[in-house]
Amino acid sequence: MYESTRYLVAGDRALVMEFGNEISTTINEKIRAMSIAIDQKNVAGISEIVPTYRSLMIHYDPLVITFNNLKEQMMELEKELKNIELPAPDVMIIPVLYGGEYGPDMTTVMEHNSLTEEDVIKIHTSRDCLIYMLGFTPGFPYLGGMDERIATPRLETPRTKIKGGSVGIAGKQTGIYSIDSPGGWQLIGWTPVPLYDPELENPFLLKAGNYVRFEAITEEEYQEIKPQIENRTYQCKVMPLDGGESRG
Amino acid sequence: MGKIKINKPGLLTTVQDGGRVGYQQFGVPVSGVMDAFSQRVANLLAGNDENEAVLEITLMGPEIEFEEDMVIAVTGGDLGAVLEGEALPLWQSVLVQSGQKIAFKAVKKGCRAYLAVAGGIQVPAVMGSKATYTRGKIGGYEGRALKAGDALDIGKPSASLDKLKDRSVNQDQYEYPQEITIRVVAGPQEEAFTDEGINTFYSSSYAVTNECDRMGYRLNGPEITHESGGDIISDGIAMGAVQVPGHGMPIVMMADRQTTGGYTKIANVISVDLPKMAQAKPGDQISFQKVTVEEAQQLLKDQEARIEHYRRELSLGTSAEDEKKASSAQDSPKIISRKELFRYRKGGKQYCLTIEEIEE
Repeated sequence: MYESTRYLVAGDRALVMEFGNEISTTINEKIRAMSIAIDQKNVAGISEIVPTYRSLMIHYDPLVITFNNLKEQMMELEKELKNIELPAPDVMIIPVLYGGEYGPDMTTVMEHNSLTEEDVIKIHTSRDCLIYMLGFTPGFPYLGGMDERIATPRLETPRTKIKGGSVGIAGKQTGIYSIDSPGGWQLIGWTPVPLYDPELENPFLLKAGNYVRFEAITEEEYQEIKPQIENRTYQCKVMPLDGGESRG
Repeated sequence: MGKIKINKPGLLTTVQDGGRVGYQQFGVPVSGVMDAFSQRVANLLAGNDENEAVLEITLMGPEIEFEEDMVIAVTGGDLGAVLEGEALPLWQSVLVQSGQKIAFKAVKKGCRAYLAVAGGIQVPAVMGSKATYTRGKIGGYEGRALKAGDALDIGKPSASLDKLKDRSVNQDQYEYPQEITIRVVAGPQEEAFTDEGINTFYSSSYAVTNECDRMGYRLNGPEITHESGGDIISDGIAMGAVQVPGHGMPIVMMADRQTTGGYTKIANVISVDLPKMAQAKPGDQISFQKVTVEEAQQLLKDQEARIEHYRRELSLGTSAEDEKKASSAQDSPKIISRKELFRYRKGGKQYCLTIEEIEE
């Protein structure tokens, strides 16, 4: 993390607060704190904020607030950050059907790491993964924190169509395809829970700064929750992140 | 109200408004019109809210049939609009009759035209916006570009068609030249480039390639060199960001740009020049000129003052009157008698102080 935050000009209607030049949970916590502080402050002229790995882009209306004025206000707000009580991030439990037709590359991941399918599932479900940011496609989470024992290189030839909900591994990262899209990740499973549903009032299941925990479910368990998912009443289990880890 | 029917769709005709604001943090692009100036003026001419959805027409325009009498306004690039074979005046509101057809014959100037219809194009809002985002299949008409046979609902005009027709703005005609200077503010990653690279960027001319769409404009010209590569840890992308990946060729990010990206950005096109960028087409030559963020924001204020001038020029005086009527009907007590106390004139305006006796 930089000693002092860099304030960058990104055109005449966006300002970037850059906190560092690496991907780290400490930087992400600062971004999360700043996002919450901005939301609470309700600064006139800010239209939206976009958290990313190591920065926060603030989109604003220059007819309401100038760059310099906004920068001053953000610098003041940054000083007050330590006084802000941060709620613990949420951990969203994502049910996953592993292997078989749901995870066509499970065997590749097993062979690459000399593990059994049981091991891969156990390792993949063992850690809470931080959602650093959403992007690529609507609702797609960039996750951190996967156990490297199941790291596997991407497919040499990407697939032209991957079903939305597919859970994959690319190098040391894990992720979930939010909509049908092309891609080269090794697919180990599939979640029936949509990450993105434009028909819902809140179309997005995930939010940057929160965590994802994968939970293995059986075909029978899937059949049990399927009607609720189909009529859009299914709610993923959510719990606060274990104490102690939430603040750096 | 009535409908407009798409007989021929043209190259790429989509429903667009001011954009889908507030969902970039979830990875949803803003979309919306490429040339917001032309869209806003088209709406003002048609008596609509400035942000109302219009048709964005690209290069080869559609053929559209009006199923009822309507008032329309076409602004932006000159794509050869004709109404029943006669040239249609641009930057002007025009009464069209039921059964008449508008077509676009050939690109004369610019790249995109905007067609506003009095009453607005009625499609369901998705996440607060009618803008079509074709890659994400959301917004607009069924989340896609228009096809032959589509019929779009038109809302209720804000005034009678007689009042809305034949209005124009005294606009200094933008000439849509094929060699343009686009002003930018430096950053956010200017330091990722060599001095030579920065110098090349500002002193060269770049050609718009065929790879230019609503997402971005790939340009071709002298290579812009980096200090150490074109990749960064992904961060946010504003409209008009000039990305330069490792190959050293600039890409200007436009309305359907992804929300985040991992390439260095040397500069960002200023708001008032985004419409010029949006009207550039393959083969056009672009050079970049640096201004400060303060200058850019002042230029934007000047442009807003100009739009405010149009807004006043085109004001129908109806909205204030309607509001008054509506509020007196609903909330205000019944007036029994009214007496004028005095009047005076100041700054060319007349003021009047009255007293009213109201019902208990």
